[in-house]
Amino acid sequence: MELLSGADMIARFLQDEGIEYIYGYPGGAALHIYDALFRQDKVKHILVRHEQAATHAADGYARASGKPGCVLVTSGPGATNAVTGIATAYMDSIPMVVLCGQVASHLIGEDAFQETDIVGVTRPIVKHSFSIRHPSEIPEVLKKAFYLAATGRPGPVVVDIPKDMTAPTERYEYIYPKKVKMRSYNPVTRGHTGQIKKAVEMILKAKRPVFYTGGGVVTGKASEGLTDLVKQLGYPITTTLMGIGSYPQSDRQCLGWLGMHGSYESNMAMHHADLIIAIGARFDDRVTNSTSKFCPTAKIIHVDVDPSSISKTVRADVPIVGPASSVINEMISLVQGHEIAHPEALTEWWEKIDGWRADREGKLYEPSKPGEVLKPQEVVEAVCRVTRGEAYVTTDVGQHQMFAAQYYKFDKPNRLITSGGLGTMGFGFPAAMGIKQNFPDDDVVCITGEGSFQMMMQELSTCKQYGVGVKIVNLNNASLGMVRQWQDLNYKSRHAHSYMESLPDFHMLIEAYGFTAITVNTLDELEPALERAFANKHELVFLDVKVDPHEHVYPMQVPLGAMRDMLLSKTERT
Amino acid sequence: MRHIISILLENEPGALSRVVGLFSQRNFNIETLNVAPTEDPSLSRLTVTTVGDDRVIEQITKHLNKLIDVVKLVDLTEGNHIERELMLVKVKALGAARDEVKRTVDIFRAQIVDVTPSLYTVQITGDAGKLDAFLQAMAPVGILEVARTGVSGIARGDKVLSL
Repeated sequence: MELLSGADMIARFLQDEGIEYIYGYPGGAALHIYDALFRQDKVKHILVRHEQAATHAADGYARASGKPGCVLVTSGPGATNAVTGIATAYMDSIPMVVLCGQVASHLIGEDAFQETDIVGVTRPIVKHSFSIRHPSEIPEVLKKAFYLAATGRPGPVVVDIPKDMTAPTERYEYIYPKKVKMRSYNPVTRGHTGQIKKAVEMILKAKRPVFYTGGGVVTGKASEGLTDLVKQLGYPITTTLMGIGSYPQSDRQCLGWLGMHGSYESNMAMHHADLIIAIGARFDDRVTNSTSKFCPTAKIIHVDVDPSSISKTVRADVPIVGPASSVINEMISLVQGHEIAHPEALTEWWEKIDGWRADREGKLYEPSKPGEVLKPQEVVEAVCRVTRGEAYVTTDVGQHQMFAAQYYKFDKPNRLITSGGLGTMGFGFPAAMGIKQNFPDDDVVCITGEGSFQMMMQELSTCKQYGVGVKIVNLNNASLGMVRQWQDLNYKSRHAHSYMESLPDFHMLIEAYGFTAITVNTLDELEPALERAFANKHELVFLDVKVDPHEHVYPMQVPLGAMRDMLLSKTERT
Repeated sequence: MRHIISILLENEPGALSRVVGLFSQRNFNIETLNVAPTEDPSLSRLTVTTVGDDRVIEQITKHLNKLIDVVKLVDLTEGNHIERELMLVKVKALGAARDEVKRTVDIFRAQIVDVTPSLYTVQITGDAGKLDAFLQAMAPVGILEVARTGVSGIARGDKVLSL
């Protein structure tokens, strides 16, 4: 029998659970745990410079690796600083366990120093949370936390740990729990066969079908199956922002992504479809535009592991509750040996789609002329070329995020790492940090803007400490581009607080941390700068790329309209 | 439409706040809420009455089921059921009104459970409609205080909500 203190149990549990990295920041209530982590060397602790970055780094790690991220923060401000990162993970269904120190049990409720009811604060943005009430519970509670975070529809789990629970003087028996049993939590493992059969019949009979797939395919590790199914049928597919890469974008059947700034052909195809096969997507408002005008002629098959996602905003005709991978596999076996009922209709459908594609070809943006200020779109295209479309790309939020998603071509899942649901500025850089540590030999690039980058730029210091060689491409338009775009469109170009006065000299700032910065002003400087930046995989390089502040993101769906109602440029609309 | 949803909930600290929080967070509505432990000390039974169309009720039950602390739930209004609420009311009972109150209490098959020279405390059980009717009948006399438990309910017949 092994007797361990609560703190040692935590360190030991993390080892037994196979946790490689824990991102965190110490403080009074977490000190026993920090001491226990210090006395072992299997779990690597990464000291961030702000707790929000710890959660984003763990989140990035989780998205890229498919394993749950792990965070350790102290009570009070440590925990509240983590809140934005927890909400980010929650909105995108990312598995994460956040261990929060708490004031000692006898002080709880007394407004003690650095006390916050973090379980209460995070309640609406976690999959579940626990408070440790006795040190002996620790192994079981942690096992449940990791199990809940990673299974079913994944999400963040908070574990609140009062300081006395980790006291070195109190020791209890430690046994690593191999299994978890929770009577109230049994995530579905497969879809209803009858429903799947019904769906496949509809799929085979469809005349204008579109697959619409989301993050559930990525987190559900179902991309291969999806690709097989879609290729077998020869149907068009569009993905959500979160689903980018779940089907190779370079393939002809992929129409790109859909929604507010999605591709013209995706949105047009959705609007005119007679069958939508939604898998692991949640019909959110950035996809559907006005739900009352959404896809008026389509029947909807909706596959999701979370029943509450089905018929939440748009009524499904055939709901299937189940994990994407098993449902897709079952669909593949049912489709095999069957011909589609209307091949001639599918040919016609593709002619129509190819027509939409041809309509917009080469008209998406106007490249800069020699000597002119760069267009952000061409910068992203250059990044894609230089990294051969194989990098892990993280983004922050705003115009640069949309440009990154539009102009970098992703053929693999988990490669575009972006805060789709919450839309968290400041996400990209710490997320890139978390990814790079797990994939040191891959290119990891954070495409950001000068607004977003300044929200988490203190993490340069963390990168310095651990030698994290991420690349940062700062699309510097000296303004909050997306806000400015909306102000141009809706507020007669009154740019209320959307421009950044007093920007730092990024070059000097980066050099102050001992890293290389390259400033890019024109097209001829761009590719050489990128080549130089990506030459050494282990060196952090910051590219400050000055881009056109007047550029807008198009297409852009017209608010309250249908999927097909889009602005296509500053002067054209559908 | 009004629905009565009965929930078996883990008897854990914070479990109730997850249920209540869900309603406010998702813009659902709670009309009444009633909660107490069951014969199994690890479980609480919670009954909530809510109003919404089919789409909203479907979302409410799905989101409730998603809460880790919710073990099982049933929408009692989907079948035959019994619903009861208990109410304690203090009413003025002076002069002629004293007899009038006593008569009304008998008509409603309620009970007077406490008496002072100037008021009666009445205990009444029934469905929400009966309790509302009693309050309406007492209004002219003078209602001083009302304490209602909120609706509790159970399915009729062989159906049982248990693990």
